[in-house]
Amino acid sequence: MATTPNNTVAAQKESRQGFVYLPLIAGWLVPGAGHFLLRKWGRGALLSASILGMFALGILMQGKLYAGANEVLDILGMAGDLGNGLLYVVSRALGLGADQVQVTTADYGTRFIVVAGLLNVIAAVDAHNLRTGRKA
Amino acid sequence: MTHFAAVVLFALFASIVFGITQRQTPLRMVRYGIYCFVLFTGSAVALSWVMFLIAR
Repeated sequence: MATTPNNTVAAQKESRQGFVYLPLIAGWLVPGAGHFLLRKWGRGALLSASILGMFALGILMQGKLYAGANEVLDILGMAGDLGNGLLYVVSRALGLGADQVQVTTADYGTRFIVVAGLLNVIAAVDAHNLRTGRKA
Repeated sequence: MTHFAAVVLFALFASIVFGITQRQTPLRMVRYGIYCFVLFTGSAVALSWVMFLIAR
């Protein structure tokens, strides 16, 4: 079906209805959820698998979950970890992750967890851009 | 897990997210994802050789 200007305007109007920030918040709390809400199933599944996989590998490598923010680097690490949304909260509640880095791979694990959080923020912002019509 | 396996997995996951979020169409997403993956792994291998040669 050809896209007419009227259809485009209608689609843009429809995309602006409702709570615009819902995909952003959902995507932050649960990786891929923002895209699932927008019915982007394939993209959501790939994003979810990538972020969950990276976070899980970080935990399996005995990576550290930042609990406090005493130094500047700790604050940055904590900001990255918080990007994981509920994954971070649940992992902290379950006592997963190491308190101190004790083996070589744990340093990699810590980076995996932080980067998973940062990637999740990028994915959530992407869902928000899809919701607002800034991205197709 | 070996260091190289960690690098490859890191590159794979990051490239998938970069590809999906930074491009508009599926074909461009795949191409950009592959481009990022090659850059990630290639730069890691190249820097490893540089560090190896410096350390000798």
